[in-house]
Amino acid sequence: MKDKKHGGRPRLSPICNEMKLDFPSHSKNESFARAAAGAFIASLDPTASELSDIKCALSEAVTNCTVHAYPDKIGTIRLEIKLREDGTVILTVKDKGVGISDIAKAREPLFTTDAAGERSGMGFTVMEGFSDSIKISSKPGKGTTVTLTRKLSGKRTS
Amino acid sequence: MIKSNCRYRFTATPEGLVVSVSGEIDHHSASGMRREVDNIIWNRTPTHLILDMSEVEFMDSSGLGFIMGRYALMREIGGSLSLRNPSPVVMKMLTMTGFDKKVRIINTVFN
Repeated sequence: MKDKKHGGRPRLSPICNEMKLDFPSHSKNESFARAAAGAFIASLDPTASELSDIKCALSEAVTNCTVHAYPDKIGTIRLEIKLREDGTVILTVKDKGVGISDIAKAREPLFTTDAAGERSGMGFTVMEGFSDSIKISSKPGKGTTVTLTRKLSGKRTS
Repeated sequence: MIKSNCRYRFTATPEGLVVSVSGEIDHHSASGMRREVDNIIWNRTPTHLILDMSEVEFMDSSGLGFIMGRYALMREIGGSLSLRNPSPVVMKMLTMTGFDKKVRIINTVFN
């Protein structure tokens, strides 16, 4: 549906629920973030496959904060999730860490700044593969915000 | 002590050393598992390492890093690595990233 008030752009489906969660960048909180997101998104009745994809993409974003944004300290990670009435899930992961100086380079498959830690360098590739869209904004020394969007198919199993 | 959602056990078989992994593999759980598996590899120097991934319920790219790291280590000691019965979530990750072309995958479930 087009909307004159929005310059002819498609009108976005209304937000039907949203949450914010701040937690420290301990690696143990990677699974906590996945569990919290899974519980919140469950109200949209995603398929098991969709939920698995979303959790995986989120896990990559949170791990980036743990490993790269706060390499020498524990900082705060903010997870925001918005659910639209049409079944769109919008996840935003924010940190106030070191930032990314070259986002294009960071998105290249197999690129990693942490080879000694056996990072595969596929984090952003996985986020892209399991999301409909990904938006990354970052300022060196200020932090990074990653927004992942995934529209659920509506093909519920139950 | 922080509990991990990832569990693993070792079994010596005629085919090689089997590491059966279950639960969730992420950056947090992979780091501990990596240390223990590497200790076993260095102590026993198996000619073949089989990672049984049939009971893995979640895996992100940290799991890929774990697999490729063990693949490199086994090559370093003159051995080889196989993945046995990767679960759907593992297979999806391997296929999406092209890692399924790099490691040997054994499926015994339907044989």
